[in-house]
Amino acid sequence: MSLSARVRIPTEARAGEVVEIRTLVSHPMETGFRVDSFGRRVPRNILTRFSCRYADREIVSMDLRPGIAANPYLAFRFVADVSGAIELRWEGQDGEVLVERGHLEVSAA
Amino acid sequence: MKSWLPILLLLGCCASAGPPEHRSGYHLLGGELRALQDDDFANPGMLWVDRGERLWNAPGGPREQSCRDCHDEPANLRGLTNRLPRFDAEADRLHNLDTLVRDCRQQRQQAEVLPHESEDLLALTTLIAHQSRGLPLEVTVEGPARAAFEQGRASFERRRGQLDLSCADCHQRLEGARLRGETISAGMVNGFPLYRLTWEGLGSRQRMIRWCNEAVRAEPMDPDSRRALALELYLAWRSRGLPLESPAVRR
Repeated sequence: MSLSARVRIPTEARAGEVVEIRTLVSHPMETGFRVDSFGRRVPRNILTRFSCRYADREIVSMDLRPGIAANPYLAFRFVADVSGAIELRWEGQDGEVLVERGHLEVSAA
Repeated sequence: MKSWLPILLLLGCCASAGPPEHRSGYHLLGGELRALQDDDFANPGMLWVDRGERLWNAPGGPREQSCRDCHDEPANLRGLTNRLPRFDAEADRLHNLDTLVRDCRQQRQQAEVLPHESEDLLALTTLIAHQSRGLPLEVTVEGPARAAFEQGRASFERRRGQLDLSCADCHQRLEGARLRGETISAGMVNGFPLYRLTWEGLGSRQRMIRWCNEAVRAEPMDPDSRRALALELYLAWRSRGLPLESPAVRR
């Protein structure tokens, strides 16, 4: 299935509030260790990196490995301190990139 | 009054679970997988629903028609999937969700036929099935459908394959028993199309039937054949009354 994502990015928060970003991306995460019914090796096809930038700072990044199941679900929490753009970025092994964007508006506590 | 609450809750639980032959595979899942199915964001089957919505609006065929041009909102098809398979007297055959969508594309939209279990077909069928979520399965097995129903019942009871097992041997007589690490399910089909972790993807009822046949080392059935559709009708009848869960999550 082609690369596409479901994301839930908060749009509003009070300063100091803990908010959550949830993501689900469609990807086979083929390990490269499996063989098909003819005994041929199925080539590896995985996402290798995920990162999140918030107000021009990288707040989350991770390397993905073949042991991660298909259609990876990733969620994380962070403290909202300033208003800013949010950019989620998945990178595949062959250079394919998927980007989802949002904006978090932070009001005084 | 307060002390009655646990008892009432317990009764409510038993009522929804029903007798053993009416137990959704949902009840065999652990807490984490139940939570995954119940969460409309994290449920991986919803990726196919999203894709189905895009395809629903995409024009195709020589007249550049989309599903929406005829059917408008997908929600208009609520109440369809829980009544499938159904007998089409004019064509003298059973239709399930896959054959309806494939025929509609071929004959009305005149676009290329979507192969069985292809991502695009599953996206559309899951979108359509999802509209009927919560509705009880209720298929018609009387009248012209009776012969197919009896054929399906006979197929369910017939031993097959190198292991010489019938569907009924495991899913009726040994339901709830252990098969190595697994609990044998009741063979309910109220979750399809569903996301199966074994497949790391979606599958229709017919994919599950094929998988089961391979597991007992029997010859797989053609998903368009009368006997495959008759078996699906019988399975849907066994699951009658259970709420449709698509896209369900199973191991």
